[in-house]
Amino acid sequence: MARLEVNIGDLRLKNPVMTASGTFGYGIEFADFVDLNSLGGFIVKGTTLHPREGNDYPRMVETASGMLNCVGLQNKGVDHFCDVIYPQLQHLDTNVIVNVSGSTPEDYAECAARLAQLDKVPAIELNISCPNVKDGGMAFGVTTTDAASVVKAVRKAYPKTLIVKLSPNVTDIVSIAKAVADEGADSVSLINTLMGMAIDIERRRPKLSISTGGLSGPAVKPVALRMVWQVARAVDIPVVGLGGIMDASDAIEFLMAGATAIEVGTANFIDPAVTTKIINGIDQWLDAHGCKDVTEIVGALRS
Amino acid sequence: MKKYLLDLTVCGVERLNGTHVVLRLTSQQQLPPMQPGQFVEVKVEHSPATFLRRPISINRVDMANNELWLLVHAIGDGTRAMAALKRGDTLNCLLPLGNGFTLPQKAGERCLLIGGGVGTAPLLYYGEVLRENGCEPSFLLGARTAADLLQLELFERIGATYLTTEDGSRGEQGFVTAHSVLRQETFDRIATCGPKPMMMAVAKYAQDKGIECEASLENLMACGLGACLCCVEKTDKGNVCVCSEGPVFNIKRLKWQDLK
Repeated sequence: MARLEVNIGDLRLKNPVMTASGTFGYGIEFADFVDLNSLGGFIVKGTTLHPREGNDYPRMVETASGMLNCVGLQNKGVDHFCDVIYPQLQHLDTNVIVNVSGSTPEDYAECAARLAQLDKVPAIELNISCPNVKDGGMAFGVTTTDAASVVKAVRKAYPKTLIVKLSPNVTDIVSIAKAVADEGADSVSLINTLMGMAIDIERRRPKLSISTGGLSGPAVKPVALRMVWQVARAVDIPVVGLGGIMDASDAIEFLMAGATAIEVGTANFIDPAVTTKIINGIDQWLDAHGCKDVTEIVGALRS
Repeated sequence: MKKYLLDLTVCGVERLNGTHVVLRLTSQQQLPPMQPGQFVEVKVEHSPATFLRRPISINRVDMANNELWLLVHAIGDGTRAMAALKRGDTLNCLLPLGNGFTLPQKAGERCLLIGGGVGTAPLLYYGEVLRENGCEPSFLLGARTAADLLQLELFERIGATYLTTEDGSRGEQGFVTAHSVLRQETFDRIATCGPKPMMMAVAKYAQDKGIECEASLENLMACGLGACLCCVEKTDKGNVCVCSEGPVFNIKRLKWQDLK
């Protein structure tokens, strides 16, 4: 049994394994398969100040080693989360982290301020990288000035651990990471989905209702790993790595690339119990390699 | 209902025609309770192009023999790999998922179950359970040709079975909604599963006649658990997940504009 505990700012995780927003519902949906308390944390579905209906169906296409989605941040709004969902989660002994999205810096800040009042939500993950809505999300994540403006507004309104989720759909993700770190983000998580497309050749139409969507799954893992490696070397705040993690060896790759913790996303759709297997797999790997503490392998690439 | 992730064993494979196969699955343990209309998310092995699980409706549950039947239409890589399974193979299944068809409160209800193509699959189990509950299920089944009509001998054992084929090779020629039984008989309840245009036509018939009607939808899905929000359908409560709120919906909840 190696020590698995890690810290993201002031946030203590039992182990480095969390779940990615939008792939694990509110956790409750997976309670038949996973002891939620065994997770380092889980990040609930993207939440906005006001309810959102999301995009029209079809929202999903299976692709080679992955999937495209254009859900479009469907959610019932932050009040619904606070009043209906939170009471079902507050007894849990793990980190319940809320993913926050918005259309303006003020939206983000107001949503964050509401969530700051919830004792058992120790952190939020700021989504400045959703590729599937026109009026929010990714627009902020693709320039350093816009990314900085959102983080600045939220930082004033939110005193607890602030993780900022970065878009890979940029020329230089390192400069975005540095910009949000400079505005006081406690951590960055990366990557969100990669913008993609699929076409039905018989109908000569895109397969997704809004033409494009975000690619996730093992197909994006090499890209994600490269970006985590680049960002982890360039910023002083902890990095949370995600993108196509399917098993413990994938997770260990991200840790070695410099991630302090990881998020499991699309893999939850294939195996709803996968997070438990990844936690156990990391533990076994550490034991087999004589490591006493998971932090020994964080960023521990040999040169 | 509690959901399970189980490795089931293929104990029988029945090929119905060139593209349809019934997989009979069993387990060392007692299978969990499953309701008609619920479905299973199947992990497909040996098919590199198949990334996600495949949602397959429950065709039949044989509690006496501890068997779950899945009727597979082999149309893509994933379903073809499933159809190639042999006795003794293992299939990882997430089940039971979603909400099933309504079981009538009073015995003696006359229920018409209308299915098209592989959409007839869940109606077999529903018909059996209705019969066990003292109702009178009848079936109206449609397909392109006689060869595409599936499991007829099993349906006929449960209730009156009316047929249509598009080419007229069996039963009345045309679509299910043109069948004479709809003009000649009256029913208290209708359930339908099949291609969406067919279900919409059935729903319109039921709405016009004021008959309670449920439809089982098969939108594209990823998780099957209501987490990914990919399989949504527009309803009276906005976009809801077919996998967790459905797949069976009362047609009054659906925004099928063409009905009006």
